[in-house]
Amino acid sequence: MTLPTIDPTMQLLFGGVLALLLLASAVGFALARRVTTENGRETVRNLNARIKAWWVMVGVFALAFIFGKGVTIVLFALISFYCLREFLTLTPTHPTDHRPVAAAFYLFLPLQYWLVWIDWQSMLTILIPVYAFLLLPVLAVLKGETDDFLARTARIQWALMLTVFCISHAPALLLLELPGDHQPIFLLFFLITVVQLSDVLQYVAGKLFGRRKIAPNVSPSKTVEGFVGGSLAATGVGAALWWITPFTPLEAAAMAAAIVLAGFLGGLVLSAVKRSLGAKDWGVMIEGHGGALDRMDSVTFAAPLFFHLVNYFFAQ
Amino acid sequence: MISALLIGLTRFLVGGTGQWVGCAPSSRQRIYFANHSSHLDTIILWAAMPPDLRRRTRPVAAADYWGKGAVNRYIAVNILNAVLIERNARGSDPLEPLRDALAAGDSLIIFPEGTRAFERLPGAFKPGLYHLAKAFPEAELVPVYLDNLRRALPKGSFLPVPISCVARFGCPLQLEASETKPAFLERARAAVVQMA
Repeated sequence: MTLPTIDPTMQLLFGGVLALLLLASAVGFALARRVTTENGRETVRNLNARIKAWWVMVGVFALAFIFGKGVTIVLFALISFYCLREFLTLTPTHPTDHRPVAAAFYLFLPLQYWLVWIDWQSMLTILIPVYAFLLLPVLAVLKGETDDFLARTARIQWALMLTVFCISHAPALLLLELPGDHQPIFLLFFLITVVQLSDVLQYVAGKLFGRRKIAPNVSPSKTVEGFVGGSLAATGVGAALWWITPFTPLEAAAMAAAIVLAGFLGGLVLSAVKRSLGAKDWGVMIEGHGGALDRMDSVTFAAPLFFHLVNYFFAQ
Repeated sequence: MISALLIGLTRFLVGGTGQWVGCAPSSRQRIYFANHSSHLDTIILWAAMPPDLRRRTRPVAAADYWGKGAVNRYIAVNILNAVLIERNARGSDPLEPLRDALAAGDSLIIFPEGTRAFERLPGAFKPGLYHLAKAFPEAELVPVYLDNLRRALPKGSFLPVPISCVARFGCPLQLEASETKPAFLERARAAVVQMA
């Protein structure tokens, strides 16, 4: 077996990510030696757990990017699986909803990613919003339990829309035909980098300068200063990555801003959903971060928006 | 090898982590008693234990389900090391194999409701737990609540769906000297409900 050759641009990009991670680890290490208060120690401990988890997540994504479309699709299918499991675990479905829940996991999740694999774009945008939307309540109604029927069905529909339909739009970027010799894999890099950096930078800016809370009831850690600082920085990074995309620097900044805003709103909405279910985190999968869905909440809103913006304005 | 595969599949599909709320894992002889809502209960509780305790903790399973069919029987006997009992035994004492296992020093996992329930909270307990507690006063009685299993594989379904399940372990209890059978069984049931 020969190892796949890694595109020079990809080498450069992951070199940059690696440098960033090394810097973060060094800062985390230095901070751990300098903090004195108990409160500060707790914050630094959480920060270092997050950085450690980032090493793993970047490693997994690097493998997917190196091995190409197949591995990337499998990776996102697994991410959808874990997010769907977290969502339905917290959401109080009824035991009689077993059939629609089974259909969500065993029918619609694999089918959606199979559609990405075979490049059937028109079907992948309607499979869940149309066919799953109609079939799930049918499967539920056959059991004859009418208590709370609308809410029960809506929960499973929401779960499938957010965790499978929305997230699958990230690997679906690979299907877009771009002008010139631009490769769509770099669009996926652009999306993931901007969305995750935006989360990180908003967290850092919020910890450093945060004063005024944006939505104290929904997400107490989100502040105006964190949002403004983090968003501007992430938009700047997006603009600086214009050369890997078909965008001009200004277009890249606009795209990054759209991703950042959608990601922020996605985080806010999912925070409200989480709180309505009485939980602080979606799960315990990633130390320091919570569950998989805590890391993907902004992607659920940003991915479909970015996919359609690129498809409308740039794809051939 | 197969048991590692079974644990891996269980973890991937339905999680099965243990939360030791009222006590820590221990090699002391114990009788774990839990609510029963799914065929997965036995495997989840077994998977929630630390590996070194699994070998000496034997689930009690109904012979009319786990003893039938090659796959079920293989999992029950060879992997879970289950104690199979006849639920509808006439003449012989159904608790006999349990006493043998306890006398040999093993810990047990039992479901005192006797059958799977559809509701969230357990129904009335059968007297088996009382008789065992009386015969083996040195064994710790640990209440366990198994959460989410009725959604992952409810009674009447055959396909487990991926919803994370948790085994929550409560404070051990002991049979009091003056306690009547109904009072003890109700207290044991309440201890499981408390972990819900």
